[in-house]
Amino acid sequence: MQTHQAKRVEITIEAVMETRLTNALIKAGVTGFTVLPVLGGSGRSGQWSREGQVSRAGGMVCVVCIIRPERLDALLDAAFSVVERHIGVVSVVDCEVLRAERF
Amino acid sequence: MDGILALAADNLLSPIILFFALGLLAAFARSDLSIPEAIAKGMSIYLLFSIGFKGGVSVADHGIDQTLLLSLVAGLILSFGLPMIAFGLLRVMTRLDVTDAAAVAGHYGSISIVTFVAATSVIGSAGLGSEGYMVAVAAVMEAPAILSALWLIARFGKSSAEMEEGLMREILLNGSIVLLVGSFLIGWITGAEGMDKIAPLVVAPFQGVLCLFLLDMGLVAGRGLRDARGVLTPGVFLFGVVMPPIGASLGLAAGLVLGLSTGGVVLFMTLCASASYIAVPAAMRVALPEANPSVYLTLSLGVTFPFNLTLGIPLYLAVASAVAGG
Repeated sequence: MQTHQAKRVEITIEAVMETRLTNALIKAGVTGFTVLPVLGGSGRSGQWSREGQVSRAGGMVCVVCIIRPERLDALLDAAFSVVERHIGVVSVVDCEVLRAERF
Repeated sequence: MDGILALAADNLLSPIILFFALGLLAAFARSDLSIPEAIAKGMSIYLLFSIGFKGGVSVADHGIDQTLLLSLVAGLILSFGLPMIAFGLLRVMTRLDVTDAAAVAGHYGSISIVTFVAATSVIGSAGLGSEGYMVAVAAVMEAPAILSALWLIARFGKSSAEMEEGLMREILLNGSIVLLVGSFLIGWITGAEGMDKIAPLVVAPFQGVLCLFLLDMGLVAGRGLRDARGVLTPGVFLFGVVMPPIGASLGLAAGLVLGLSTGGVVLFMTLCASASYIAVPAAMRVALPEANPSVYLTLSLGVTFPFNLTLGIPLYLAVASAVAGG
């Protein structure tokens, strides 16, 4: 099976920033992404859990994008403009996809 | 004094408080008891719908007067002003920096709609009525304090706070406000006839749903307190129980000047005494991410909310009854 090189960017960010991040990604030409709920975790800001959150202020979401390598810089610039001051993690890994024309 | 103690005792033994206490104890004991997220959300939607609709029907029954407009204006002024007092107190009583103090202050100018709902339940049990439009006062008091917090940062802080594009629209059109105001308007338009049609849903299940919702709030508050004990210094904790009576005193003065009923005065006191833990934390995370959310969430949800629920509301009821009669 023919596969193609791609980049998988995973951005874990506060739920209140989700729309701002996805808007910034769309503005940067990234139209394909998946938003996942996050159950809980621990980091520099302490431990937290989705259980018992009364507002979106305490929740986190994970935005996953798979893009062509040449579009990575534009995506990271857009993402960084949103996440810079906020709690969150941005990671990039190499991956392979089957249908390159979709990314 | 005996009257106040008797009211406090009655309140402490009411189902809503006992269920809240059960939630607190379960969280402290690390029980796996939990209310599924979607059910908790559904219950909050029901409570907002019910309280808004009943308020609108009450206005339809009793009509409107200039007190309605003056109450809205008073609510706006207090919501803008209370954060200034809270900020001053925090700077004197605690070691919080300007950013955290301003963020906390913003919460104390806004309101807790669940505390308001609990207060309506308590005054109902005491046989008191209230002005239906207090629901609208609650709605207008939700957002102005956020602007006050951002102004405090701009005036006294080193970090920048941004009222970015779209944030104010998100605050003013958040789901709670839309549902509360929308239900209020529908209740006002349809009046007693509308109430007759949906009373079995709006009235009868209200107390039971409130009990379950407060069980969940007890779990949330207990877990918050358990996980964030480090931020609760004596000064910060003291602020969480001193600020509500100060706000309530201003609410009492405003209610008396406006000539509200005793029940209305209690609700105004409760609104001024309560602290937001839904709308303002979300706004602060966007506009002021440098502020520590553990501090403001623990204070508003873990200290002030239980204080108001257990001791504050009966105290406000006793004081308002003594001053305004009833």
